[in-house]
Amino acid sequence: MDGPEQVRDRLEATGYLVDDGLAVACFLALRLGRPLFCEGDAGVGKTALASALAEALDAPLIRLQCHEGIDASQALYDWDFPRQLLHLRAAEAAGVTDSDLLEGQLYDRRFLVARPLLRALETQPSVLLVDEIDRADDEFEAFLLELLSEYSVTIPELGTLRAEVPPVVVLTSNRTREVHDALKRRCLYHWFDHPGFARELAIVRRRLPQVSARLAEQVTALVQALRAQDLLKPPGVAETIDWAEALDTLGASEVDAELAVATLGSVLKYREDAERARGLDFAAVLATRGA
Amino acid sequence: MTDGTGMTGGTGMTGGTGMTGGTGMTGVTGVTGVFAADAALLGFARALRAAGVDASAERVHAFLCAVDVLRPGLRADVYWAGRLTLCGDRDDLERYERVFAACFGGGERVSRTVPTPPPPRLRLVVSGGTGTSASAEPKAPPTASLASTAEVLRHRDVADLDAAQREQVRRLLAAFALRGETRRSARRSPARRGEVDPHRTVRELLRRGGEPARLRRHARAERPRRVVLLVDVSGSMAPYADALLRFTHAAAHTRGTEVFTIGTRLTRVTRQMSHRDPDLAMAAVAAAVPDWRGGTRLGELLRAFLDRWGQRGMARGAIVVVLSDGWERGDPELLAAQMRRLHRLAHRVIWANPRKARPGYAPLAAGMAAALPSVDAFVEGHSLAALERLAAVVRGAVDA
Repeated sequence: MDGPEQVRDRLEATGYLVDDGLAVACFLALRLGRPLFCEGDAGVGKTALASALAEALDAPLIRLQCHEGIDASQALYDWDFPRQLLHLRAAEAAGVTDSDLLEGQLYDRRFLVARPLLRALETQPSVLLVDEIDRADDEFEAFLLELLSEYSVTIPELGTLRAEVPPVVVLTSNRTREVHDALKRRCLYHWFDHPGFARELAIVRRRLPQVSARLAEQVTALVQALRAQDLLKPPGVAETIDWAEALDTLGASEVDAELAVATLGSVLKYREDAERARGLDFAAVLATRGA
Repeated sequence: MTDGTGMTGGTGMTGGTGMTGGTGMTGVTGVTGVFAADAALLGFARALRAAGVDASAERVHAFLCAVDVLRPGLRADVYWAGRLTLCGDRDDLERYERVFAACFGGGERVSRTVPTPPPPRLRLVVSGGTGTSASAEPKAPPTASLASTAEVLRHRDVADLDAAQREQVRRLLAAFALRGETRRSARRSPARRGEVDPHRTVRELLRRGGEPARLRRHARAERPRRVVLLVDVSGSMAPYADALLRFTHAAAHTRGTEVFTIGTRLTRVTRQMSHRDPDLAMAAVAAAVPDWRGGTRLGELLRAFLDRWGQRGMARGAIVVVLSDGWERGDPELLAAQMRRLHRLAHRVIWANPRKARPGYAPLAAGMAAALPSVDAFVEGHSLAALERLAAVVRGAVDA
């Protein structure tokens, strides 16, 4: 890809709309071979970006969901012990006596179980999504840092495996914990903001082409108004899409204040938020977008 | 100021390459020479560093590489290249915006001729003249009988101490490692008893050529809980702020500890606290915190903490320590509601109040009274001994 514009076009073709900053970020990630570190509120499209990139590049998406206590054997590779034992027994039964040969066979590539990180190094091209890195421990971060700076991994029994074409790496974080600076320094940093009205509407229209134009516009306006309220968990784009879809499923082609309040559960997930949202004048918001 | 020199360096260079100032969307670098263009970018990075963004050499290198593959003449491209490579945190973005406008002209938003004011550099000084801060506040700190080292800490600027005293205080403070009580983690580690560890058992089997071997076992590892410290640096806490922050610094060296200051606004200072040298750390904190000696709006700030960090997971299952006298200028009901919310999220909420040691103290201040029902442990925080006890409470060694 030659420039950010082309990246944007390719991503938009997959239904993922990007603004200028994200287009430049993706372009640089591809051109400079740097991981893209995505931060922002939940539901703003961090994870969706990885799948969109995979689709745009026509490459498989390999996902590693981080959690506390994740370690190399869950993220990188592991040996398939039962199959190794079986092989050993079979060899014994066949009367193999050459122990060196047997040991060599035992640590053959076919007994290696590739976990997401190793799969990403072996699959070319590929998009690697390291989701919610802030949930992993800092030991794992250090390990990831090493992997991302070399795009290679050393397996004692097999030697070093190196990716000829490094995977496109997207890391996401919800900021529950400070991710180590050394890791961030390796990456391009992009902060995801909630989109403005026009872009959010475009995203909803693109994702839900079956929903009526009026409904999409109304729902987007309502969500934008809700975000301006002082909520514990402001709704993301994902919630806007959920809400529009829910209303569409109910057979609505437009929404009034009553229906909006009744379906508020698809957008707001806290009791306190729902209470606060009742203070919002739904009818007025809908009226301004009513024309 | 260093910002000033950095910025003039940057704008000077761009001017030299034939850029007409003020036109937002024209070239940032001219065509005269690559070196001049790079110098402008480097000047920008320098100004950014002066403004407090951690634009290390590695990041600057990435910045130059990024500009290289983009269209270097285009303002928007330079903007995004810098923002993506030089910033590492959401808090950096606002500073970036400001310095970029100053260096490369403001586009629509900021006029190029208006110089941005340098960030306020307030020094953290709990000076010998405690009277000055106390006079601003009706409630003076208690001058109760305390250990002499604590007195030194409490009433004198640590910069004024002689070498021996300083060393003594440092040693005393450095002894605090604030480890949270342990919890079982998802990770398992080898143990004598516990469940059978299939991996290690089979590995052992393989080593013996498939002969049955001893069963290996593992058990869930114990890990300390995360500790989150919220330090009140408002006016009424001024006599304690330095000592408490130094305590916090010593405590923050445990991995996973997070530190915030509360005053008139919430500031995360975990990164500033990570300087190993206490004096450097204090200077960094002083530069980062804009609101020494303001009034306290505990409720609002607690909400800000919960909204931005706590709810997402930082407070979840953690031990949250509030170091404050509980003087609330805002609505006590809001504070009570936010404390209830914090209490639902956190494993334990500990409140350390330096004024609790005062003879005849009763938590009558509106804020304190509102917060207490949601506090698991209410301890003192006025002396080294009290802080020692606080550390023990955090560890779960002492019930409060």
